[in-house]
Amino acid sequence: MARLNVKIGELSLKNPVMTASGTFGYGLEFADFMPLDGIGGIIVKGTTLKPREGNDYPRMAETASGMLNCVGLQNKGVDYFCEHIYPQIKDIDTNMIVNVSGSSPEDYAECAARIDALDNIPAIELNISCPNVKDGGMAFGVTCAGASSVVKAVRERYHKTLIVKLSPNVTDITEIARSVEAEGADSVSLINTLMGMAIDIEKRKRVLSIGTGGLSGPAVKPVALRMVYQVAKAVKIPVIGLGGICSAKDAIEFLMAGATAIEIGTANFLDPAVSIKVRDGINDWLDGHGCQSVEEIIGVIS
Amino acid sequence: MKKYILDLKVKSVERLHERYVLIKLTDDNPLPEMLPGQFVEVQVKGSPSTFLRRPISINLVDYKENELWLLVAMVGEGTRQLAHIQVGDTLNCVLPLGNGFTPAVANEKILLVGGGVGVAPLLYMGAKMKESGIEPTFLLGARSAKDLLMLDIFKRLGRVFVTTEDGSEGEKGFVTNHSLLQQEQFDRISTCGPTPMMKAVARFARRNGVDCEVSLENLMACGLGACLCCVEKTVDGNLCVCKDGPVFNIQRLLWQD
Repeated sequence: MARLNVKIGELSLKNPVMTASGTFGYGLEFADFMPLDGIGGIIVKGTTLKPREGNDYPRMAETASGMLNCVGLQNKGVDYFCEHIYPQIKDIDTNMIVNVSGSSPEDYAECAARIDALDNIPAIELNISCPNVKDGGMAFGVTCAGASSVVKAVRERYHKTLIVKLSPNVTDITEIARSVEAEGADSVSLINTLMGMAIDIEKRKRVLSIGTGGLSGPAVKPVALRMVYQVAKAVKIPVIGLGGICSAKDAIEFLMAGATAIEIGTANFLDPAVSIKVRDGINDWLDGHGCQSVEEIIGVIS
Repeated sequence: MKKYILDLKVKSVERLHERYVLIKLTDDNPLPEMLPGQFVEVQVKGSPSTFLRRPISINLVDYKENELWLLVAMVGEGTRQLAHIQVGDTLNCVLPLGNGFTPAVANEKILLVGGGVGVAPLLYMGAKMKESGIEPTFLLGARSAKDLLMLDIFKRLGRVFVTTEDGSEGEKGFVTNHSLLQQEQFDRISTCGPTPMMKAVARFARRNGVDCEVSLENLMACGLGACLCCVEKTVDGNLCVCKDGPVFNIQRLLWQD
């Protein structure tokens, strides 16, 4: 059995497999299908300072090897999370990480500060890359100045491991990665969804309620892999790779491209137990190739 | 209720209609508990354009035969491919999902109103009612006589009333025009079918002070309440049809006219 543990900043992961925000609920929804403590981390649904109703239905369109969504950060707000959800998830024996979103640097910072007070939440993932809300989200993640402003404001008030989730909807993702690294991010995760669109030709209308949405699933994997590779070369902080990972082979590609850990997103909808299978598959591959530790393959692609 | 991922074996595939197939599934182990109105997310193999699972309502669970029945309407690429499944194949199912119809209590007079493939979950609801000694009344609507599905089985479970749009069987018109609704009082209506039909049934129920629950079929991705794609606006905000539904009491929906 190979060693699977990795570190992201101060954070110790028992293995490099996590689940991506917005695809795994609060973990509890999947407890019947797999041992939640069997993976390295669970990144729970995007949380904002104030409750958000999200966008109107329809919020989803199936595409070739993927799907578009425009959920729009529906959540009950950070206070509800702290009071009602945290008690239910705090004793799950893995890293329970909260994805934080907002519409101003102050919003992000206040939300992060409230989560900082929760003992069993060892890290947050800052979402500066949601393509589905007008007032913020991706607006910050597509410029270096915007990304820096949010990370700077959060860093002042958040003292644990800070992961920043990057948008692929930019000209040069490495510039954004370097900006957030300079402001004290402990890690970057990428990629969030790619902006896309679908049309209903019978209705002569766009399918999604707000017209556009974020593309995820295997369709985006090659783009994600390329960006992870580029960012891993551009920054010194650990990179978390995600985008269309469905199997151990996919995960190993991201690790070899330079990711220290990976997140599984849309694949959770296809197989609710996929993340455990990916963990086991990584272990089997390492054993089969005489590797003692997963660290031996991280970033091996030159 | 505990949920499972099961590879179920296809025991039979029966083409009931040009657009509908009945797939009977079984397993070596006893099938888990499932309730009327709950659904299954099935994996579709062999359709490159089908990425997500397809939610299919539970048509019947026959515990004696250890069978799960799925009535599949061929509406798109995924369900058309699903209809090509063969006896002996396996079908990967996540089940049981969602909340079902409110179980009937003794002496309760319940009307089950269905249209199109929406009749599927009403069969299981009726079977469960009959099992507990409560006679169900079905009101089933279709375009034409040939579109009425599984009528013989419905008739074995309870009283059946029919409307067709062309008058080829039962009363002519829509379910909400059926004379039964003027002649008898019901304690509750449970309905599943096309949204315009359910909205009309809900309007009738509201105006006549009858308790009413409807089964929605918003487009879903995960089926587990994780992705928040299939939401319906309710008095409690946006709720997931997959997890908080698919059955909702109409008092919770914003369907007022």
